[in-house]
Amino acid sequence: MSDANAEKINRLLQQRSFIELGARQRARALLDAGSFRELLDPFARMTSPWLPKQGIVVQADDGVVVAKGTIDSQPAVVVAIEGAFQGGSLGEVGGAKIAGALELAAEDNRNGIATRALLLLETGGVRLQEANLGLAAIAEIQSAIVELQQYQPVIGLVAGPVGCFGGMSIAAGLCSYLLVTQEARLGLNGPQVIEQEAGVDEYDSRDRPFIWSLTGGEQRYASGLVDGYLADDLELIGEQIRRFFQQGLPAEQRSHRHAWFLERLQKFDGSVQADAASVRSLYQGEQL
Amino acid sequence: MSTATVQRGLRWFQLLAAKGEVQRDLPDSLRVADTTLMGQRVRYLAVVPDSNNRFPRARNGEVGLLEGWGLAKAIDQALEQDREREDKRALIAIVDVPSQAYGRREEALGIHQALAGAVDAYARARLAGHSVISLLVGKAMSGAFLAHGYQANRLIALRDPAVMVHAMGKESAARVTLRSVEELEALAATVPPMAYDLESYESLGLLWETLSVADALNPGAEDLLRVEDCLSSALTDIANGPVDLRSRLGAQNRAASSKVRELLRAQW
Repeated sequence: MSDANAEKINRLLQQRSFIELGARQRARALLDAGSFRELLDPFARMTSPWLPKQGIVVQADDGVVVAKGTIDSQPAVVVAIEGAFQGGSLGEVGGAKIAGALELAAEDNRNGIATRALLLLETGGVRLQEANLGLAAIAEIQSAIVELQQYQPVIGLVAGPVGCFGGMSIAAGLCSYLLVTQEARLGLNGPQVIEQEAGVDEYDSRDRPFIWSLTGGEQRYASGLVDGYLADDLELIGEQIRRFFQQGLPAEQRSHRHAWFLERLQKFDGSVQADAASVRSLYQGEQL
Repeated sequence: MSTATVQRGLRWFQLLAAKGEVQRDLPDSLRVADTTLMGQRVRYLAVVPDSNNRFPRARNGEVGLLEGWGLAKAIDQALEQDREREDKRALIAIVDVPSQAYGRREEALGIHQALAGAVDAYARARLAGHSVISLLVGKAMSGAFLAHGYQANRLIALRDPAVMVHAMGKESAARVTLRSVEELEALAATVPPMAYDLESYESLGLLWETLSVADALNPGAEDLLRVEDCLSSALTDIANGPVDLRSRLGAQNRAASSKVRELLRAQW
């Protein structure tokens, strides 16, 4: 066996899954060793004031972990959404934790402290049990991302298995760099809702291969709608995130590229349905 | 959805921007025009139905791919043109958007990114010192409202039964939360953030002002004047305040949003 092969096998044996980690473990794993400090941790008991009224059991952190620490020795805040609680949906408290943390990071930057932000997105978007307060919080999260990405790269990671949907997919689209794995899906509307609103011929929510072919991580990367396509390897994911932070701000934010996207969409034949191949060919090529 | 509801945005745009020239280099589903409001430079923006939209799922005033990127273009243009000016024109979003576009083409081509384009442009404009106001004259739903209106410094709503802010239509919300529509309505009556009526929304503290008009669909001269007065007061109010969204905090029904921020700051 060659040395290279031995190294590869060794690596596979030592590989640790990122996707199987919970939100708190994910945040801890991506900050510099020993630097993790959680804000508003579960002992603060900031729980949803709205779920008990509806007979739903609350979670002590409302499904959002906010941690300060360092990444490459630079001040950082990591926000991790727990996909296992209410589908990663954002209510008033969880939403305010994210918005508040990003607002403070932006304030740091205005004051000359280069705090950077990393968002670990596992979310269906607005928590419908807190509907309008979730939506309002997402607008504030988006505002804070737009402010922060003028100073520092904001990195979003959709690892799976929940994926990133609803208003938070728009937030993902505001990130300086967006990274996905093969287990990630990224889209505005959940399959069930599209089927409900537009009919099963338009979107069959039970046809999983079809849905993955359009919104899965691999397709999003091949279409240039995300910046990195990562293996489920904790160490590699950490390295990639550091590499993107080291790049600094992108030459042009994806969310600023209306001229390019409008020009491409002009070439799309609206009379036929879209499929994975037509989107790839439309969006591939010169990106700027 | 009634045709009457659909045309509200267009009607208010035509009245408010009557003296402005409608911009030609944008998708037909957008109406954008520059004019003045009581001496101040303003750009009105509306998303309107376009039965010939190349994207069939975006023909009834939904915010889709062309609308998201088109709004971004129209706002970015104002940002560029006013870059060196002190008196940056105000952006006034006339909001009557039934939903984002739900469709296969939309998901496949990245409607989330198109909406991010619009959000980014509105937020950047506000942060750069453009006053941004949203005037809610009809529905303000979910992703469509996030893309067209929710980044404003001030939100103003007409006090009218057809004006509604929500995250999801009733039928879909019932399906996703595994409830019947009747159960959903019963819950909404006791949980203000879930409710579909304007009074409940108002109790969350997000609106700067609500405004009664005689006829929200066919407004007369007096209605128009009242709305223009209110927009003008909002511009004055914005000029004296911060560029962020903190003016939305403080309502009793949104106390946790303030509490979380206070605790985060203490532990930061």
